[in-house]
Amino acid sequence: MNDLIKAFENRKSSKKQIKIARTKSQISSAKIDVPVGLYEKCPTCKEPVNTKTTIENNFICKNCGDHFRVRAIDRIKITSDSGTFVEKGHGYITLNPLFQDGYEEKVAENKEKTGLDEAYIYGYCEINGISSVIGVMDSYFLMGSMGSVVGEKVTKSFEYAMYKKLPIVIFTASGGARMQEGIFSLMQMAKTSQAVLRHSEMGLLYISVLTHPTTGGVTASFASLGDITLAEPNALIGFAGPRVIEQTINQLLPEGFQRAEFLLEKGFIDAVIHRNEMKTTLGKLLMFHRRFQ
Amino acid sequence: MDILAKERKVRELESKILELGNDEIISKLRQEIENYKQEAMTNLTAWDRVLLARHQHRPVASEYIAYLCDSFMEFHGDRNFSDDKSIIGGIGIVNGTVVTIIAQQKGKTVEENLIRNFAMPHPEGYRKALRLMKQAEKFRRPIITLIDTPGAYPGLGAEERGQGEAIARNLLEMSSFTVPIIAIVIGEGGSGGALALGVANTVMMLENAIYSILTPEGYATILWKDASLASKAAEVMKVTSYDLEELGIIDRIIKEPLGGAHFNKMETFKNTKLAIVNELQDLKQFTGIELRDRRIEKYRNYGFFQRFNYDNLKGVK
Repeated sequence: MNDLIKAFENRKSSKKQIKIARTKSQISSAKIDVPVGLYEKCPTCKEPVNTKTTIENNFICKNCGDHFRVRAIDRIKITSDSGTFVEKGHGYITLNPLFQDGYEEKVAENKEKTGLDEAYIYGYCEINGISSVIGVMDSYFLMGSMGSVVGEKVTKSFEYAMYKKLPIVIFTASGGARMQEGIFSLMQMAKTSQAVLRHSEMGLLYISVLTHPTTGGVTASFASLGDITLAEPNALIGFAGPRVIEQTINQLLPEGFQRAEFLLEKGFIDAVIHRNEMKTTLGKLLMFHRRFQ
Repeated sequence: MDILAKERKVRELESKILELGNDEIISKLRQEIENYKQEAMTNLTAWDRVLLARHQHRPVASEYIAYLCDSFMEFHGDRNFSDDKSIIGGIGIVNGTVVTIIAQQKGKTVEENLIRNFAMPHPEGYRKALRLMKQAEKFRRPIITLIDTPGAYPGLGAEERGQGEAIARNLLEMSSFTVPIIAIVIGEGGSGGALALGVANTVMMLENAIYSILTPEGYATILWKDASLASKAAEVMKVTSYDLEELGIIDRIIKEPLGGAHFNKMETFKNTKLAIVNELQDLKQFTGIELRDRRIEKYRNYGFFQRFNYDNLKGVK
């Protein structure tokens, strides 16, 4: 019983944090890649860029066009029609099934840092006026790794879409399965895949948008199973991480390997879409898939 | 002293017997060895079981198939790219039931292992498996998969041909089949590469097999930045059959002879066959749709978390 009370208190305090963080993010978003300040250095072209301009420019470097990583809440802001997003699936509490040292602290730390419950949020929204379910992974929360809660929430988002008979758009950004939860994380791959199956069998649309980085267990489950698979320019997408491959084959990887354009050429994604055109494209795709009857 | 050192000692004692002539001494020594085995090879640590799962003399998939099936015919190729030799698939008869068998095949020698790519499949391997499983669905044959892989191969070609997509597709399609699927982890069950053949109605494990999200070495490297802590990692990762049965991830453990499957292969095969025949019999009572629904429900429920129920503040689900 004490645990329950404690969990509730944690929940209450974390809810407060969400509020604070979200108002903060509305003022100055993407504080990690583009920390607060007038001018920041772009990690790719090393040129100073104006923070405010970057935010206005959908977190794209004005100078070199590099797509910065975007926090989940900002992604929803730049993708959905303003004021239409309603978050669903609150109240999940991450546990420590294998009693790993320091895991709980790490989760708490990341909760504080990002203002999120877990590395995935979903809800109802409208994109260019068309109702849809949107799910977004946040790569700032433990590298967006998929543990029990993320797997459950992804599954729930498909089930919510099935219940409402809506299409679903998922933005993936993940390092893969969450190692700290061991075999439970692995099972989330099967769990999310069967959710895609059930959603698909109802004749509903699933658009998977792969953003930087999408690797490991997420690539090998729901991220690769979209009816339509899009990607952002220069996003790293693959099953094994580049370092693992380099160690295995003992040679350096070619330039652009595992990038979105590479996957486009190899035939694994439908299109590479610039972030500024993402919303229009999604709106168009949703419009294409409206029922004839 | 880990399990391999103990095993070496047993072998040493056994070889000594052969040098002796006297019957009485032999039987006495035999008894001694037996006692030592009993003492040294029970209560294995997780790391011992990892070593056993990777043991060079551990029976490989083809040996199991040879014992399980009265007549087995292998089929090759994914019809798109090539034939991946790290996965073998075909049709055989197990105790009078025609089944499709898909298995990850390790090699017995270095040369064979190079051909088999140490049982680390490429995407075409998974696509071959899917092709054969779809045929099994068409002709209503039960599917049996034997899992034994360190993981899917991380290489240039594998990435170019969509390793992630191939695994994901298998997970999705295996959820949809209406024939019974039985998966057995016979050695190493490493990460998504193992799960891609492991979405089943019944998941069984040999006693000394392991099933994990990645190798203990990889885990130690990622979380503790030190690969030499692998034995500790094996302990905390819960990789053994007993741990996983307790966590509810697997349904049944298949017993191995004392010291590991390689000490008495026939016994191992016999136990495995018995388990398969039993499970096939059990799954016969369900219709196709029931099998499918039960499988989906089983995987739907995996996860370890709490949810705060706002509608009813009294309870946590």
